Amino acid sequence: MANAVLATPEAPFESRGLDKKQTLWERLRKGDEVAHLITLAGGWSILVITVLLVQHLWVFSRLSRHAFGWHFLVDSTWDPVNGHFGAWPFVYGTVVTSLLALAISIPIGIGSAIFLAELAPRKLSNGLTFLIELLAAVPSVIYGLIGIFLLIPFLFDVVPYFQRFFGWIPIFNGTFYGVSYFSASIVLSIMVVPFIISISREVLIAVPVSQREAMMALGATKWDVTWRAVVPYARQGIMGSIFLSLARALGETMAVTMVIGNVAQVSTSLMAPGYTIAAVIANEFTEATGDLYLHALIELGLVLFVVTMIFNALARLLMLTMKGHEVVG
Amino acid sequence: MRPFDLSQLSKAHDVRFAEDDPTDEKLPWPQFTVADLNFYYGSHQALKGINLIVPNKRVMAFIGPSGCGKTTLLRTLNRMNETVPGTRVEGSIRLGDKDLFSFPATRLRRVVGMVFQKPSPFPKSIFDNVAYGLRLDPAIRRNEIADRVEKSLRRAALWDEVKDKLHQSANGISGGQQQRLCIARALAVEPEVLLLDEPCSALDPISTAKIEDLLFEIKNLCTIVIVTHNMLQAARVADYVGFFLNGELIELNRAKQIFQNPENQQTQDYVTGRFG
Repeated sequence: MANAVLATPEAPFESRGLDKKQTLWERLRKGDEVAHLITLAGGWSILVITVLLVQHLWVFSRLSRHAFGWHFLVDSTWDPVNGHFGAWPFVYGTVVTSLLALAISIPIGIGSAIFLAELAPRKLSNGLTFLIELLAAVPSVIYGLIGIFLLIPFLFDVVPYFQRFFGWIPIFNGTFYGVSYFSASIVLSIMVVPFIISISREVLIAVPVSQREAMMALGATKWDVTWRAVVPYARQGIMGSIFLSLARALGETMAVTMVIGNVAQVSTSLMAPGYTIAAVIANEFTEATGDLYLHALIELGLVLFVVTMIFNALARLLMLTMKGHEVVG
Repeated sequence: MRPFDLSQLSKAHDVRFAEDDPTDEKLPWPQFTVADLNFYYGSHQALKGINLIVPNKRVMAFIGPSGCGKTTLLRTLNRMNETVPGTRVEGSIRLGDKDLFSFPATRLRRVVGMVFQKPSPFPKSIFDNVAYGLRLDPAIRRNEIADRVEKSLRRAALWDEVKDKLHQSANGISGGQQQRLCIARALAVEPEVLLLDEPCSALDPISTAKIEDLLFEIKNLCTIVIVTHNMLQAARVADYVGFFLNGELIELNRAKQIFQNPENQQTQDYVTGRFG
């Protein structure tokens, strides 16, 4: 075996075919080059699709860009009849609902993931995870229906009591109509929590036993092991699951439009109805009359793209600074 | 606690602490007294009727082929095996004169520290790694921590190498340094016993030599029990050596005796490299 390619006086290298050039077919059969080409094509396609997307959004929003300029972003009037368009209510609604949804789903999601990975018996954990992953596959229109028929009637019962005590806080005051930023955030948080749970659980389970045992050998309790060794070790993966959820929440259309009220206004109160970028594009695109209206909607798409980019960049920055802190101590 | 006799070392079940029995060597009080210990992973019996005494402030090494139960015994001494589902212990172990199983496991593990085969630093700074165990104990004041980290790193002969980069990640130092860091981390809580599970098997000879030197330094501070596959290492560092085979303790004696003149034929075969 080991001496198969060794040259001997009786069988020099030339006679083994090692100096022969490989034919194309031989090279392809080896697989290296094929795999190289396939992965390269995959990588490039992502870049090409992104560039085409931005280019398209840019070109087909030109009328709106020229008419309103940067003012488009901060203008809160959305008046298709008079041809006056501003994106602020939608940007505001998108950001507020997504962040509030994350604020609700992060503690629930990470708590559940820790339970499933660290505390629950493995069989129960696997069963529950299967159900949770099933939740992630439910179409968003179903979540919208749940929002309308279950959540909103429930909120109608609960919110007046809540407002009696906390109504003086600006973010909770005003008349509650059922549809609101708050309702949308709750529906969104239910939709993204399966992502946080299932990804976080995977990364928690993948933390090496050596880390747990090293911690245990120092006299750590179960909680210390989980909170000071396992979770910090898995932190990057957990953050990843949160970013994925954020991306989903920012872009979610159907479920949000069913429960947010679709009113293009900016309200401090979370109990007031609002609108999001994705929802307004979906609702008004087919009835957009006139090129300016259409271009304004496409510009909203561009804005959503940029908002998502900014959040992703911030998230990455946060991750980098956290890494820095960890080393500095 | 009373001293005991060398001949009693592997006969914990009938130790008679003879005060006026003239023996050539008086051992200090027993750190661990293991009597009729059986250990099961599910239905597989990993340890069969182990009887032994680990003397205080001495180095004891466990040798034997893979799967002979030496690591299992080591992990039973600080009850790490309890965390593995499906395991069962029979028999008694005493730490000093107290039942090992009467302690809360978390307190026991602060008295009986452990270092593992693979260096397992936490993904934190070097300083934080050593401070980790200290921070778990609310009785240790914050302002003591820096001093104790330094003391512990000095004991582990690592201080001079890392004093300028205490706040850099522990993943950035070499494997040998990482393993000494793990020893420093275990020593920081000032345990009575240090258990080492093949601490050098992933290290090069120079790092190994450094760790062996370190064991000589710390053996007057705590009792050391070390599992090793390296017989030369056992000969170099250990005062006493136990030879295990198929879950049984075949022979336990002074290191010199085991390596030069073992009583048992199987021990003889193993230490001379005829099997295993």
